[in-house]
Parts: sequence; C-alpha cells; structure tokens
Amino acid sequence: MLHVARLARLKLTEDEVETMTGDLSGILEHVDRISNLDLEGVEPTSHVVALENVWRADEPRPSLPPEVALASAPEPQDGAFRVPSPQADA
Amino acid sequence: MAGILELTVAEAAAQIAATELSAEEYFDAWREAAAGDDLNAYLFHVEHPVDHQAMDGPLGGIPVAVKDIFCTEGTPTTAGSRILEGYRPPYTATAVRRLDAAGARVLGKTNMDEFAMGSSNENSAYGPVLNPWDRGRVPGGSSGGSAAAVAGGLAPCAIGTDTGGSIRQPASLCGIVGLKPTYGAISRYGMIAFASSLDQCGPFTRDVTDAALLLAAMEGRDPCDSTSVGIEGGILAPSREDLGGLRFGVPSDLAGAGFDAGVREVFEATLKWIEDLGGELAEVALPSAEHGISAYYVIAPAEASSNLARYDGVRYGVRAGGDGDLLQMYETTRSQGFGTEVKRRIMLGTYALSSGYYDAYYGQAQKVRTRIAEDFKAAFEKVDFVVTPTSPSVAFELGEKTADPLSMYLNDFFTVPMSLAGIPAISIPAGLAEPEGGGRQLPVGFQIAAPAFAEQKLLEASYALEQAIGFDAKPVGSDG
Repeated sequence: MLHVARLARLKLTEDEVETMTGDLSGILEHVDRISNLDLEGVEPTSHVVALENVWRADEPRPSLPPEVALASAPEPQDGAFRVPSPQADA
Repeated sequence: MAGILELTVAEAAAQIAATELSAEEYFDAWREAAAGDDLNAYLFHVEHPVDHQAMDGPLGGIPVAVKDIFCTEGTPTTAGSRILEGYRPPYTATAVRRLDAAGARVLGKTNMDEFAMGSSNENSAYGPVLNPWDRGRVPGGSSGGSAAAVAGGLAPCAIGTDTGGSIRQPASLCGIVGLKPTYGAISRYGMIAFASSLDQCGPFTRDVTDAALLLAAMEGRDPCDSTSVGIEGGILAPSREDLGGLRFGVPSDLAGAGFDAGVREVFEATLKWIEDLGGELAEVALPSAEHGISAYYVIAPAEASSNLARYDGVRYGVRAGGDGDLLQMYETTRSQGFGTEVKRRIMLGTYALSSGYYDAYYGQAQKVRTRIAEDFKAAFEKVDFVVTPTSPSVAFELGEKTADPLSMYLNDFFTVPMSLAGIPAISIPAGLAEPEGGGRQLPVGFQIAAPAFAEQKLLEASYALEQAIGFDAKPVGSDG
C-alpha cells in the first residue's frame, strides 16, 4: 500500500492506509472475476474509434503568451514556474 | 415570469428568433432562477454582463448550465476539487465555444463529483447536490449539478460528461433526458480529463428535441482533439412518430441483474409502449457485459492515475508543503488537494498499472473491453437498438452508499458497457416508482443504445417513445 502510494505521489495517513486497504481489497476481489477469464488471443482495446495517424500541417500557430500561461501558477518567477529544490538539504 | 421558464429550449429559441421574446429578458429570468439555487447545483454563476448582441444561431439567447469540468476562460473551473480552487483557465473548451457560436450563453458552472468520479455527487469537495424530487436523496453523478439544475428549474438545459454513466444515471434519477454521444462525436478539448478513452460530453434537457439541438451545436471534428470526428450529416430535430420496422434488443441476462421491482415495472411498461408504436422486441445476448464493471474499474482508474499526475502544485491550482523539498511538495499538495474517492481511484489505477500486475489487470480489462464491443456489434446485426433500465434503482438516500465504494460502483451496471464500447446511449424519463424502502414516487429512466454514430436514429426513436409515454411529472417544489 505504501509502495503504491509512493508511486502515486500520495502521502496517506495511518487511518487512510487502513480504510484504503479494506476498500481496495473489496474492489479488487470484484475485479478479479475477469482475471480468470480465458481471453487468449483477444486483441486488447485501448481506443474505440478506428483512427490512425491524424495529421495536421506543421505550421506555427499562436500559443498562450507566457504571462497568461503563468497566471494560475502558485509561484511564478521571472517567466518560469518556481519549485522547491529537489534536494532535501538544498 | 414563470411562463417563459416553462418553455423548452426549442420553443424559447424560436420565440427569440421571431423577436416575440427578448433574449435579455429570458436570460435575466434564468439568471434569477439560478441565483435561487437551494440544491447546491451551482458552484459559480456568471458574473460578467452577457452580450445579447451577436446571439444569432439555432440556440440564440439560450442560457446553458455547464458542468464545472469544462474550462471556461475567466470563470473559475474546479472540477469539484480543492486542488483546483481559484483556478481560472486561460481558454474555453471547444464544446462550450460551439454552444456560444450557436448563440447560447453560459449561465453558471455546476457542481459535480470531484474529477467526475462518483455516482451520487457526494464526492464533490463543495458539498453534495440535492435531488429536487426529494432533498434527502442524491441526484446521481457525476454530473449531478447539471441534472439537478435542469430538473429543479434552475436552468433550461445543461451539459455534462459521461465516462461510465455520468450523464445517463443522473438524468435518470432526476427525471430528465441525458444523452451520451458516440466517443468522438464531440471534442474533448478543454474538458478536464478523467479517463481519456471513455470521457464524452453530452446534453441534459427537458426533452429529446432539445437534446438534439444541443448535440447539433456541439458535435464536429476539432483540430484540438485528434480523437474527435463529428457526426456525418449532422443532427436534425427528430420528428418520427412511430417505431414501425425498428427492432429493440433486450439483453437476455437482464432478468438475472439485480434491480428494483419499481424500476422493472416501468421498464416493462416501456417495452409495451415500443410494441404499441410498431416496434419489435427481440432478445439479444451480451455475455461479456456482466464483466463491464470489473473492466471499467480497472481501465478508468488506470487512465485517471495517469491524467491526474498533472496536479502537482507546479503550474496551476493550489500548492502545499512548499517549504520542503520538491517530492514533499508534490505529496503534500496531492494529499491535501484530493478527496477520498479520487485518492482511492489513483491508488487503484496506479496498482493496476504497476510492474507485475499490468497484464493481470489492465491488459485483461482491455481484452474484456474488446469482447463487450464485439457483443454489441453482434447484437446490432440483429437489432437497431439495445434497451435497458438506466439505473438499477431510483434515487437513493444521501449517505446510503458512501461507506461502501463497491456498492456505489455497481450502480453503473447498465451504463458502463456502452461506455466501454464507445457507442451512443440516451436516458429518457419513462415513469415513476416508489423506492424499495418506501417514500415518495421518483423518476425512472429508460436507456436506449445505438451503434456508433447512429445518433440521429437514436434521437428519432427516443422522440417517438417520449411522445407516447408523455412523461410530465415534475418535482413537487421545495419541501425543506
């Protein structure tokens, strides 16, 4: 559970871990019904509309100006998104 | 004032076009009605003055309530989540732009389950929406605000999104029309992503004609969404009055599905209407449909876990834990910003996609998806439509299913297979039934599904059926 939480970039409280473990077991038990189906040779569907290679002309188009793109950022600085250091002790 | 609020969208648009009704007066009447929202259906009301010029078009002068999952430039957009509190998108979703181009104007943004994950609207970070038919009950979800707004007389029409039933189920529980078009009929650009291979926009309206009007305005290919293709030939107002020569497939395993006696009664009465109108009933087999919920609750969370990775406190929305390192900031922001159900689905999806489990869960679910699509394809060689109840029950009580996520998920039993197959399906109000535990009569929806891009045919049949059923019950107003 904690490994998956780490992969998902979630920090769960002890209470959350407990409830989540129970909830997910129940859901997975239901979902497990499909794991025993014999689906050998069936093509997986990732997308329902038969489309391939949708092209468009490679032409420059106007895009959002930097100040608009940064307007909703929690901490914009000098035309960029400021983030904390990835190093814990930096 | 009440008089003009009774008009359907088609009637109001015609009166405005003929200058018998002032667009300004009509919009203001709805703005006033929406401001009286006592269902928590709206999260935001449009603040800016509306330009009543340049409102020419088939929807000229029509106010529309928009689910808060659609980006609207300059108006807050939260997707029902704390993590997007205060967010004002720099652009507007294509579906909303198309409504605007047809002359409609946004009336407000409606409440929803957080990131469209839920079947009761109780997962909104901004409080649940109440069902106008019985305020102790849920309106369904995830587009519960849009459904309650139309049913409760707070908007003449609305739009929402449907990933596994999020338009059809709330429409059913609120006694209105809800249409999920074919995947690819309407652009998803600017629609906050939940499960990208399933998400589709659609209308909530009082009747089938209005649904056709809104679909006609919104459908079409959009260069901003390469999966959008539009509907060939467009959409016209339906006019068919009988069902002669049309075959309606009833799934043979439906008998075994658990649904309320009251829902069954209305469903069977509707089948009788189909026969009375000259339609033919036939049994069809959808053997893989029973695995729809299992496949859906792997595929949708898997896609969601990937889509929701973008909410990390960097580019928009809220940030928390900014005084730690980067990883701490990500984790604190996401843990405080997301609600329980969203975390649950991110965890489920991350697990299903994680190394060692991918084939058993995600791979297998995608194969079940193929099987379900094949089932429908085979059925549509024999019949024109597949029909089921929309929801196994009428509106349930607030809090009734929140403690058991699986029981909430099973609520999507009838709607999920069509989503996985990408085909269009509509819910029309078919009658009233008493809840299993007793209580006042509540609406029951009838679901009709059609082959991909057969929306016109679907609307024609729905229109004929709607005229015959003559559903005219309304919520009994405020009951405290």
